[in-house]
Amino acid sequence: MKAAVIVFPGSNCDRDCKTAIERSTGANVEMVWHGETELPGGLDLIVLPGGFSYGDYLRCGAMASLSPVMAEVCAAAERGVAVAGICNGFQILCEARLLPGALLRNASLQYVCKPVDLEIANGQTRFTAGFRGRREARMTVGHGEGNYFADEATLDRLEGEGQVVFRYRSNPNGSARSIAGIVNERGNVLGMMPHPDRAFEPELGSEDGALFFQSVLASA
Amino acid sequence: MKATVHVFLKPGVLDVQGKAVESALHGLGWPKVAHVRVGRVIELDAPGDDAAAVESQVKAMCERLLANTVIEGYRVEVG
Repeated sequence: MKAAVIVFPGSNCDRDCKTAIERSTGANVEMVWHGETELPGGLDLIVLPGGFSYGDYLRCGAMASLSPVMAEVCAAAERGVAVAGICNGFQILCEARLLPGALLRNASLQYVCKPVDLEIANGQTRFTAGFRGRREARMTVGHGEGNYFADEATLDRLEGEGQVVFRYRSNPNGSARSIAGIVNERGNVLGMMPHPDRAFEPELGSEDGALFFQSVLASA
Repeated sequence: MKATVHVFLKPGVLDVQGKAVESALHGLGWPKVAHVRVGRVIELDAPGDDAAAVESQVKAMCERLLANTVIEGYRVEVG
C-alpha cells in the first residue's frame, strides 16, 4: 500500500499519522506539503491529519480546504482513492464539501481530550472491514470543534444509507445523533473526529487505530 | 468601495458562544438580557463604484469562503 499524509501549516498530527500507518500496515508513506499541485502516483490512501491548519483562521479547515493540493485530493477522491480526514482533516473535508455537514464548537465550550468508546455503526466500509464484525472501538479525541452538524434531512440520509461509520457511546461534544465519523455516498471519503493515529499500539491504550489503517490496506 | 459582511450562525444552529456570553451577562447584573448571539464582522474594499455590482461580488465571496452556508447566514452592507 502507498499512502500520503498532507501537511498543512499548523498540522500537528502529520507525523503521528505517518508512524501509525507505517507501523500498522508497513505501507510506504509520503508526506505531501499543502502547496504541491501534484500527488505521488499510485496512492491507495490520502490522510488529512489533525492539527490547527492555518491557525483555524476564519473557520476550522476553511483556509486549508482552499490549499493548492486540495484540488488534487478532490480529483483523487473522484477517481475513488480512499481519503481519510482525521479531526482537523474531517473539518477540512466538510469545508471542501467532500463530506456533508460541518463541525461546530463543542456544546460544552470545552476542549475535550480523552479516550472515547465508539460504536462501529457500519462495519462494511473499506475503513472498518478489518474490525471483522466487532461493534466497538476505543480511540482518543482531542478537539474544541467536533460537534457534528447537518440538517435533519441530511442526517436521515446519512443514517439511512449507512454513511454513519462511528458513533460515540457517550457524546463528548454535542454532536448530532452522536456522530463521530461519516463516509461519503461512494464510501471512499471518510471523516472522523477520534484519532486512529493515537491508538495503534498497546502502549497507547488501544490498538484499534491499527485495524482502521489495516482495513484500508486490505481493500486497496 | 467599502463593504461590511456580518456572519452569524443560522437560526436553529446552537450558538454556544452566544449562550455562554448571555449567561455571563446575567451573572454581571443584567439578568434580563436575552438572545445573545456571537458572530463575525468582515470589512473589505471591493473594486467598483456600482453598489449593486459590489454587493453581488461580495455575496459571491460569502458563498465561496466568508461564510459556511451549511451553518452560517450572512448580511452584506455596501458603502
